[in-house]
Amino acid sequence: MYIELLKLASPETVVVVTALVVLALGLANERTAGLCSGVAAAGLLFAVAAVLMLPQQATLFHGMLVITPLTSLFKIICLVLAFFTVILARADLSSRNRGEYLALVLLATIGLMLLVGSEELLMIFIGLELTGLSLYVMAGFDKTDVRSAEAGLKYFLFGSTASAFTLFGISFIYGMTGTTALAAIGQKLTTAPVQPLLFVGIVMTLIGFAFKIAAAPFHLWAPDTYQGAPVPSAAFIASGSKVASFVVLGKIVLVGFGPAQGSAAWHAMVAGWAPVLAALAALSILIGNLVALAQTNVRRLLAYSAVAHAGYTLLGLVAGGREGFSATLFYTTVYAFTLVGAFGVVALVRRETGGDDLKNFSGLSSRSPLLAGCMSIFMLSLAGLPPLAGFFGKFYLFSAALRAVDNNGLLWLVAIALFGSLISLYYYLMVLKVIFVDEKSSSTTQPLNPSTSADFLQEISLTVLAAVVLFLGVMPGTLVARIIAAVQ
Amino acid sequence: MIAWTIYVTFAGAILLLFLPRTSARWIALATTVAGFAISLLALSRMPIVDLATFKTIVRIPWVPMLGMEYHLAVDGISLTLALVTGLTAVSAVLFSWDVDHRQNEFFFWLLLVVGGSYGVFFSADLFLLFVFYELVIVPKYFLIAIWGSTNKEYGAMKLTLYSFFGGALVFIGIIAAYAATGSLNLYDLAQFQFSTQLQSWAFPVLFLGFAVLAGIWPLHTWAPTGHVAAPTAGSMLLAGIVMKLGAYGALRVAMNIFPQGFHMWSRYIAVFAVIGILYAAAVALRQRDLKFVIGYSSVSHMGFVLLGLATANALGVSGAVLQMFSHGVIGALLFAIAGTIYRRTHTRDLDTLSTMGLSRALPFAAFAFVIASAASMGIPGFSGFAAEITILIGTWKSYPMAVWITGAGMVLVAAFTLRALKKSFFDTAVSTNGGTTSVSSNASANALPPITIAEKWGAGLLMFATLAIGLYPRLLLDRIMPAVEAMRFLKQ
Repeated sequence: MYIELLKLASPETVVVVTALVVLALGLANERTAGLCSGVAAAGLLFAVAAVLMLPQQATLFHGMLVITPLTSLFKIICLVLAFFTVILARADLSSRNRGEYLALVLLATIGLMLLVGSEELLMIFIGLELTGLSLYVMAGFDKTDVRSAEAGLKYFLFGSTASAFTLFGISFIYGMTGTTALAAIGQKLTTAPVQPLLFVGIVMTLIGFAFKIAAAPFHLWAPDTYQGAPVPSAAFIASGSKVASFVVLGKIVLVGFGPAQGSAAWHAMVAGWAPVLAALAALSILIGNLVALAQTNVRRLLAYSAVAHAGYTLLGLVAGGREGFSATLFYTTVYAFTLVGAFGVVALVRRETGGDDLKNFSGLSSRSPLLAGCMSIFMLSLAGLPPLAGFFGKFYLFSAALRAVDNNGLLWLVAIALFGSLISLYYYLMVLKVIFVDEKSSSTTQPLNPSTSADFLQEISLTVLAAVVLFLGVMPGTLVARIIAAVQ
Repeated sequence: MIAWTIYVTFAGAILLLFLPRTSARWIALATTVAGFAISLLALSRMPIVDLATFKTIVRIPWVPMLGMEYHLAVDGISLTLALVTGLTAVSAVLFSWDVDHRQNEFFFWLLLVVGGSYGVFFSADLFLLFVFYELVIVPKYFLIAIWGSTNKEYGAMKLTLYSFFGGALVFIGIIAAYAATGSLNLYDLAQFQFSTQLQSWAFPVLFLGFAVLAGIWPLHTWAPTGHVAAPTAGSMLLAGIVMKLGAYGALRVAMNIFPQGFHMWSRYIAVFAVIGILYAAAVALRQRDLKFVIGYSSVSHMGFVLLGLATANALGVSGAVLQMFSHGVIGALLFAIAGTIYRRTHTRDLDTLSTMGLSRALPFAAFAFVIASAASMGIPGFSGFAAEITILIGTWKSYPMAVWITGAGMVLVAAFTLRALKKSFFDTAVSTNGGTTSVSSNASANALPPITIAEKWGAGLLMFATLAIGLYPRLLLDRIMPAVEAMRFLKQ
């Protein structure tokens, strides 16, 4: 039994061992920072290999650990995102306490893998907490910066409150159905009539996830955390944590609460989680995009745009069904890669000019055409312009939403989302305008930090990310086919 | 073969990113000439019968799970528009021969606009068409915001947001059709019987989305400001190609897949078109900036295209397609001349220009501007006449009233064109102190650098095209008419 468990949990085991090794290395010697990064990166790659060797299907302990093509695919995606975060951290943080930081990244990754690989509410909660606790510390990791402390504290306070709600909601659901396994909950709900108290439980559970994905009105932590936290932490919070949360949220609502979906169709709303998510989506899209218009700091701008993107991504879940879920998964994956890339550019600009306000980006195209090109790919993908992945993602999401409900019932939500995209184009273009059109400002003529080999590595990884975004835009079929096959 | 217009153009664009700047303009020229040559070759080689239907040339599965295909097709309408794209692109490159600021980037964005436009004209898959359609938006922003003049960032952003707004409406229309049928293939969609209820709302959304880019009144305001802010080549592309993308989409997609919706709404389109023709012409009459005059004249001429589409008969719609070609050429020529004047005098203010006696300083520009104005006014012998008369005959069958009103509009067009022509070139005798002004203007005029060879070639090409089609419109009409007649909305 335990041998079986060890075999099926081998990717998680590899990451745990790597985390311990990195921690030990970091404690042993201050000058092993480079080695720590190397070990962490290698461990993550080993874990990817371990995921690839897992069997196709397996279930342990009534769904506490589940292996399906879907979980394997998203474990790999989380590991790859962690890999890029490690590379980002290599260039961004000073070498003090590097081992601890990387160990935290790896621990958070384990949390993500548990989240993705479980269909049982308690295990999901453990995964949420493990991820959350690691990320709180990562957000507040830069002890020399007050903003970092603010970021960590805000993230922690909001996060712990949201977790409390989720746990409370889970207890309601357990009380009503007598089980915490998602599939069993789904079966109970189909046979028994849905009681009002259960809706309370569902809504409370959703609150915790709305916090994780930074959907309005649970987004208030996002701007300060994205702006204040060390860049790699912010990137990981915005990408890895979000992807895993969407995977789990999708599983919970579609598998667990499937019968209580209700309907968000215009003039034909039926109580359930769909109208709740639809309201969250509409609110996130409007608030995120409108507030992003007023931002002058690129990281804050990305935070509000993240709120808006959480709204778009929710559209697929509101639509429900396999197609909607696939669209959500595709979009959130693409979004995560895009955002890690965007934060990578921000990190380099910050190193070079000492800040990440819009004005720090002025004249970037003449200073570094490569960075400017990558940033334009990321921004235009976020804005949803072809031939980039964000464009296909939006098409997929919106068409799934429109097809899911009869008589174009979700047209109102799609129209709001398109209106939001129109607004968002303005602020993404403002970033690009600063990069390409504005002349070099005098304050930034002298680079603060000369480029190093770490920068070179980071530029390569950014180029890879930009290429991925472009490739998924031109050939979206490669990923969509995998996701559709996995969701079956 | 014609599909190579797309590949060559994008290949040229990518090549530009990696080669040194000295070769940039030559690569751009070679690319655009190749594109134009391919379209010309297709015009001469492809039998007219083959152009009567939208015939598949490439069809490869793209995202099979969702029914998307890489699917290109060609008919007479596509070919006509590909020709004007190639023509405008070549002369736009010739007129930007002296761009000296970040050339590689300039020609990169320019070629993206051109390549995306070819793509739109040949797409037979709605998703593919939309990809190309949206692909054109961002390059326009950079072309204007970096290399433009007068209020360039405002103009660029306004144009981009309007285009994207139109794109969002198109998007809704496309996914509504997609959700109803599960197909994105234009053939299938053109056979499908959509419910009347869906057509009644999806058609106006889709049509309006495209028409924003065609400059439909009252959503035309991006066009004059965008044209004014754009660099010469940018204005030429906007007038010559980009506005056609909208009109083409309205015809190929909106009208073709929602015929019932079209018949419900066609008379309102005609009303908007007539208002657009008159309103833009009247506004043009009062402008002081030469480029604003031409910008509003573009809106007015595109009003004719929309009017032709709204007639819903073969003659009117064919005339609209011919007008797309004709206005592409004439609009590009007018903007090109305005650009050459601006480069030399650094002003586009008509009152200032009128003191300069430019007809003597820049005789070739004056000659070209006269030709362009004559074509723009619809003098017989130029393409503008052939197109507009076809549209008006078509309109007579559907909305006789509109012909009377538009007739008055043509007088306004003549009035503002002649005013601009006189003020910019032939206004030497200034009343207050005629003698001294003419002396000083001669002095300043002599200092103006002469028209370059590249500019002469670019203008010559466009002038030749408008004359050729004006004298022998059947060259295109024979290919357009059967393709239009094959469309579904005529049969219902």
